[in-house]
Amino acid sequence: MELTIGAVVRGGTSLEYKTGSWRDQRPVLDSEKCKVCGQCESVCPDSAVHVVEETYIIDYDYCKGCGLCAYECPADAITMIREEK
Amino acid sequence: MSVVKVLEGSEAVALAVKACRPQVISAYPISPQTHIVEGIARFVADGDLDAEYVRVDSEFSAASVISGASAAGSRAYTASSSQGLLLMSEVLYASCGMRLPFVITGVNRTVSAPISIQVDQQDTMSLRDCGMIQLFVESSQEAYDVHIAAFKIAEDPKILLPVMVCMDGWVLTHSYERITLSEQGDVDRFLPPFQPADFLDVKNPKTWGSIGEEDMVMEFRYSVQQAMQYAKGRITEIFAEWAEISGRNYGGLIESYKTDDAEVILLAMGSMAGTMKDAVDNLRSGGDRVGLVKIRSYRPFPYEEIWDAVKGAKAVAVVDANLSLGSEGAIGMDLKAKLYGAPNAPMVVDVIAGLGGRDVNESRIKKIVEKVKEAQASGYFLREPYWAGLNPTIVP
Amino acid sequence: MTAKKDAQQEDLFVSGHRACHGCGMALSVRHILKATGEDVIVVTPTGCLETFTSPYGYSPWRVPWIHHLFENGPSIATGVAAALRAQKRDTTRVVGIGGDGSTFDIGFGALSGMLERGDDVLYICVDNGAYMNTGGQRSGATPLYAATTTHPAGKKSVGKVEMKKNIPMIVAAHGIPYVATASVAYVKDLQKKVRRAMEFRGPRYIQVDTPCPSVWGFPSDHTLEVGRMGVQSGLNPLFEMENGEIIHVRKIKKQVPVEEYLKMQKRFRHLFGATEGVQEIAQIQALADANIKKFGLLGKQKE
Repeated sequence: MELTIGAVVRGGTSLEYKTGSWRDQRPVLDSEKCKVCGQCESVCPDSAVHVVEETYIIDYDYCKGCGLCAYECPADAITMIREEK
Repeated sequence: MSVVKVLEGSEAVALAVKACRPQVISAYPISPQTHIVEGIARFVADGDLDAEYVRVDSEFSAASVISGASAAGSRAYTASSSQGLLLMSEVLYASCGMRLPFVITGVNRTVSAPISIQVDQQDTMSLRDCGMIQLFVESSQEAYDVHIAAFKIAEDPKILLPVMVCMDGWVLTHSYERITLSEQGDVDRFLPPFQPADFLDVKNPKTWGSIGEEDMVMEFRYSVQQAMQYAKGRITEIFAEWAEISGRNYGGLIESYKTDDAEVILLAMGSMAGTMKDAVDNLRSGGDRVGLVKIRSYRPFPYEEIWDAVKGAKAVAVVDANLSLGSEGAIGMDLKAKLYGAPNAPMVVDVIAGLGGRDVNESRIKKIVEKVKEAQASGYFLREPYWAGLNPTIVP
Repeated sequence: MTAKKDAQQEDLFVSGHRACHGCGMALSVRHILKATGEDVIVVTPTGCLETFTSPYGYSPWRVPWIHHLFENGPSIATGVAAALRAQKRDTTRVVGIGGDGSTFDIGFGALSGMLERGDDVLYICVDNGAYMNTGGQRSGATPLYAATTTHPAGKKSVGKVEMKKNIPMIVAAHGIPYVATASVAYVKDLQKKVRRAMEFRGPRYIQVDTPCPSVWGFPSDHTLEVGRMGVQSGLNPLFEMENGEIIHVRKIKKQVPVEEYLKMQKRFRHLFGATEGVQEIAQIQALADANIKKFGLLGKQKE
């Protein structure tokens, strides 16, 4: 890897590190139950829930499986499932 | 038209800094540098210097404020001494690693304990490892000129390191000299505005101060070392450039004074070099072949230039107004390390002198030369430094 | 701003950072930057936030960001603000985001200096109540009777016996235009406070309670629940001060006994053991009750 003067790096480069590998459980969203309220996107510390055309998807590349989205979802639309290895 | 004025050394420095158009200045008082920051405060108060003047809560903050300002793309400056410089040490290490250029005046003063405001070079010596360029001056006029060069050195895109201009407290800062001040136009031509390639910029968001793992820290240090090596040549060039414009030439990384045929050469930094020039002249009129190497750039350490100047001599007396307690004087250690193994190298004797304001006067300098001549004649290499002017009767 | 609208803004704090699962601090930073917008320079002293966002080459910060040392976040921020003034970059603002270790303890002098000088910096303390980056040592922000690794519970110890340093009030005593406390449990409120703070010039301070699942010891999906309990018990009063006057508090509809909050966290479990910490819990309850009284927290939110 190339070193810069003073170790200054471009912002946003953390996207190259996929924290999804940290997971031992994954959230699964039931779009039937989803009320499209945005809570899951709002409470994800890893910005791993995204709005896509009026619904939400989970970015498993980065989701660490903390479970906050499932816990906070007012419609109980997200379930945490053990990650299979 | 350059102007000649009788000025206190501190005022000369304040005027040099003002001429360089810094955008951010931080100020915290400590004797004997305070007159410098006070001088600058008066310029700002009268609207003669358009800069952000930040009165900080400690020297730690003083160094931090100019680090933040530099990272954000502004030319920045502060001054300190002694305890203040020690308090800044963590900040200076970090800013060197982060390649944030700024200029600090290190007004030399001894360090506690015992607390004393008298001059020696212990304070700036304690910072010699961090990657900062350290330049020493003999006179207030030289201080004026070196400060102007310092900003250009620091901001050079292949250097980008803080530069500390070291000047003896009281002896220079509080004495009056005839100072020739250059025209603002000359300084402006010599020193363009600070335009770093990288700075904190919302249009190009970058991250400063990352964590370095074991696969890169050595390489980062090496790159600073390389910048220091490069700086040797560049400092010489910049000094020459300013000498051309100002008409005042002090030499390069060192100044050699009557060294060509010298048998004993004194090696020193700071205002004592001035006294030593007089001592050299007087000793020569008595038949002694003595010379002086005055170090101007201490870091990077100009051992090649020193070697060229001393290689014909029989002995070198390194006069250290500092001490690495438990070993010896810093310049002595630096020189011995670099001369080790050099063919027919002169004997190097480390001399501890001038601690805590103990005067390095002509008579003491003459005694030093005598002592070194004795050692050289006896062939006995002194492993412990010679303490010039020590009063052993009062040692507890 | 609805959660939906919020989501459509481009993130200024992106994925891939190394925060623990469920980190309250990471979540609050996302929302802080949503509220500030992109025309900011962020300064962070050493701590969790700095460590999990800056392994070389992997930065989630889509704003200019600088980490220098542990004790100089506020002074670096001062320097950046001074440079912006000197360069007449009038729209760009400086935001310091640092942890409690730095803000309450080692960087306290620098913070006080910055506040006293009136520098135009919004300083946000993301407070998880200990030196978490190094494993959870006691800081001036550690709450009463919490166990930490340097003040563990044991046969001769009930954890921290000193009060949590009241930094919001100390900061307010400097006479600055805006002081607020917030919690990651209430992100809309946090955003609102950050936006309000950005309307002022001069020094502003927001302290955000950011529960830490890893060391406080609760499941990673309970971060907001624990945060809510802290607020609803009265232990973490949420208030806003403008120019020295408290102008807003977040009301509590129904006061939650502190026990409910404490028993969710391993760092307080020694209070629930064989020799129950009845006295200690009562003292903590008294703190909560005092806050409720002092800030008038009980009742309906008027607006």
